[in-house]
Amino acid sequence: MFKILEKKDLNESVVYMKVEAPLVAAKAKPGQFVIIRAIETSERVPLTIAEYNAAEGAVSVIFQAVGASTMDIASLEAGEYLLDFAGPLGRPSELDGYKRAAVIGGGLGCAIAYPQAKYLHEHGCAVDIIAGFRNESLIILEDEMRACGDKTVIVTDDGSNGNKGLVTDALKAEIEGGAGYDLVISIGPPIMMKFVCALTAEYGIKTIVSMNPIMIDGTGMCGGCRLTVDGKTRFACVDGPDFDGHQVDFDELIRRNNMYRDDESHMREAHCNLLKH
Amino acid sequence: MANMQKYKTPMPEVAPEVRNKSWHEVACGYSEADALNEASRCLNCKHKPCVAGCPVGVKIPEFIAEVSAGNFIKAYRIIKETNSLPAVCGRVCPQENQCEGKCVRGIKGEPVGIGRLERFCADYAASHADELKKSDLPASNGIKIAVVGSGPSGLTCAGDLAKLGYDVTVFEALHTAGGVLVYGIPEFRLPKDIVAAEVNALKELGVKIECDMVIGRILTVDDLFEQGYEAVFIGSGAGLPGFLGIPGENANGVYSANEFLTRINLMKAYREDYNTPVRRSHRTAVVGGGNVAMDAARCAKRLGADVHIIYRRSEAEMPARREEVHHAKEEGISFDVLTNPTRINADDKGNVTSITCMKMELDEPDASGRRRAIEIAGSEFDLEVDTVIMAVGTSPNPLIRMTTPGLNTNRKGCLVTMEDGVTTTREGVYAGGDAVTGAATVILAMGAGKDAAKAIDHYIKNKK
Repeated sequence: MFKILEKKDLNESVVYMKVEAPLVAAKAKPGQFVIIRAIETSERVPLTIAEYNAAEGAVSVIFQAVGASTMDIASLEAGEYLLDFAGPLGRPSELDGYKRAAVIGGGLGCAIAYPQAKYLHEHGCAVDIIAGFRNESLIILEDEMRACGDKTVIVTDDGSNGNKGLVTDALKAEIEGGAGYDLVISIGPPIMMKFVCALTAEYGIKTIVSMNPIMIDGTGMCGGCRLTVDGKTRFACVDGPDFDGHQVDFDELIRRNNMYRDDESHMREAHCNLLKH
Repeated sequence: MANMQKYKTPMPEVAPEVRNKSWHEVACGYSEADALNEASRCLNCKHKPCVAGCPVGVKIPEFIAEVSAGNFIKAYRIIKETNSLPAVCGRVCPQENQCEGKCVRGIKGEPVGIGRLERFCADYAASHADELKKSDLPASNGIKIAVVGSGPSGLTCAGDLAKLGYDVTVFEALHTAGGVLVYGIPEFRLPKDIVAAEVNALKELGVKIECDMVIGRILTVDDLFEQGYEAVFIGSGAGLPGFLGIPGENANGVYSANEFLTRINLMKAYREDYNTPVRRSHRTAVVGGGNVAMDAARCAKRLGADVHIIYRRSEAEMPARREEVHHAKEEGISFDVLTNPTRINADDKGNVTSITCMKMELDEPDASGRRRAIEIAGSEFDLEVDTVIMAVGTSPNPLIRMTTPGLNTNRKGCLVTMEDGVTTTREGVYAGGDAVTGAATVILAMGAGKDAAKAIDHYIKNKK
């Protein structure tokens, strides 16, 4: 059982949760993830670690309550306990040795992109952050991102924050403006990552993406998280979650992520009805 | 005078057309009368060939003599002396190749139903817990031993070490202890409360079990030594699923047997009250001919699919137990043998629509007597399916070998051991089960766990 130390809503569906897990906190590195099971009937949900503090013995995650099992997590409050919290899993990101990076976050992906940007910033790499959201009300972590970005650009699909656009347009403008990136990190919806990678491939800039596919055990046992990288089948849980974005088969990834879409909406509805009564 | 009945006392079973829709256990177990009758078939041979066939050396004639005399609890205690998990072994051991394979009664008729009697004793003891006097806990020697993995080898090793007085902690990566006994073997073959009861029996012996602990990540083997553990046993299993490497294997609806079985057995996808999704299939192809393929096929059947097992050689070469093949057939599963998949086809959304296969034929036996399967030219055909389950073997999980210096593995990724089969290339580190052998059986893993416990005891005593 793992105690929830703090919980807050970042927007209408995105939740920040800080959990007491001293052993995980002591070993965690940027880019790694944990598997959370809120209650007995929940699925095991993989979530990338947003913050970790070994001294405090705490690990934080940021997630969107979209499916039945993430709703189970969101239904618990500070002071209550998560049934399972296993990690840190996956290979840590390799972020050392870069001079100037662009970190691209899309929506909830900013929760994962932000700690990467922070690590780069703290380790002497100049960082530009480009974050995209559907509208202004969904913007998360703005202050945190602005604090570690040498330049921070926030765009929205509908322009409601006064800066309408796509992250790819903003990135292209920076590259064309002579930013001279030696690394791009792109984390967000697979379709966004696909287009960022297509753009950076044109300029030959190394691009790392972080995968968040369907997963069960997170230790290499089920193979449910497999994806094709450079023509070979890889497991996101043990070979990733970070991969060279120019080699990932995004179309296959997008298809696989939709595998349980009907089940999920069915269960979400059942869950919502349950909460109504 | 022994009972000369030629055949085993039949095991009562749920009728196939009922059980292929139910998750309850298929084999119902012996009644006391059945057990007494079967036990009386044992000749109590002086040279005990059956014991030689048992990887954990259960004192078979002795326990059967007690069953015969109606002393069921005493019989259970005798089994328990050498076997930590009798309720499990009585259900899932391939007895036909082990104890029963050596039974003298098998020469003219069927061997004594040793596995069925073992299960009877374990189930009897479980339902008569009040008669089981608490055995005194062994005096603790205060020496800490870490066991990585709570599958059959880890649990056996932990149990044997605890009986010797060691302070044992088992680290399990998943959220429930039992390893393959909980995520792999289905409820209808091995009920999960039986596994939980065996795990609890170990806890009563003083074994500590910590779940959600992925060794190699949260703690490394070196960390364990630093924390004061004096020896480490690695029973991390053969976790990594294999695929065939044919086109279309990443299509939606293609599962590894591990994933499919884990969703169902560990994550209870068949129950409405659990969130776990699993495909509701009309027709499923299960590729492979081992016990895991049979388990996956029988689970798919229970979820309502028309199930085809696809195997490249003939039924005679199938590695699965005869009993499992027989049960699967009774439950209405089709066997497409001498059939080899070459491609999986999908629609524009990536969902599986069919599997393309070639018909095969067996060559003449080669020098080793093995018959090679060869493709029949022009025999390609499509089987329409919406789900494919790949049960084509596993390889050891790389996590521990990647994070433990000094631990050597062979080219298949299996841990290398000395002649005793359990001592690794790193001092103080022992290993057993599928992590060493590649995918094998529960009882072989238990045998290795037992040998490792002995080796660890010897190592600790000679270290001082």
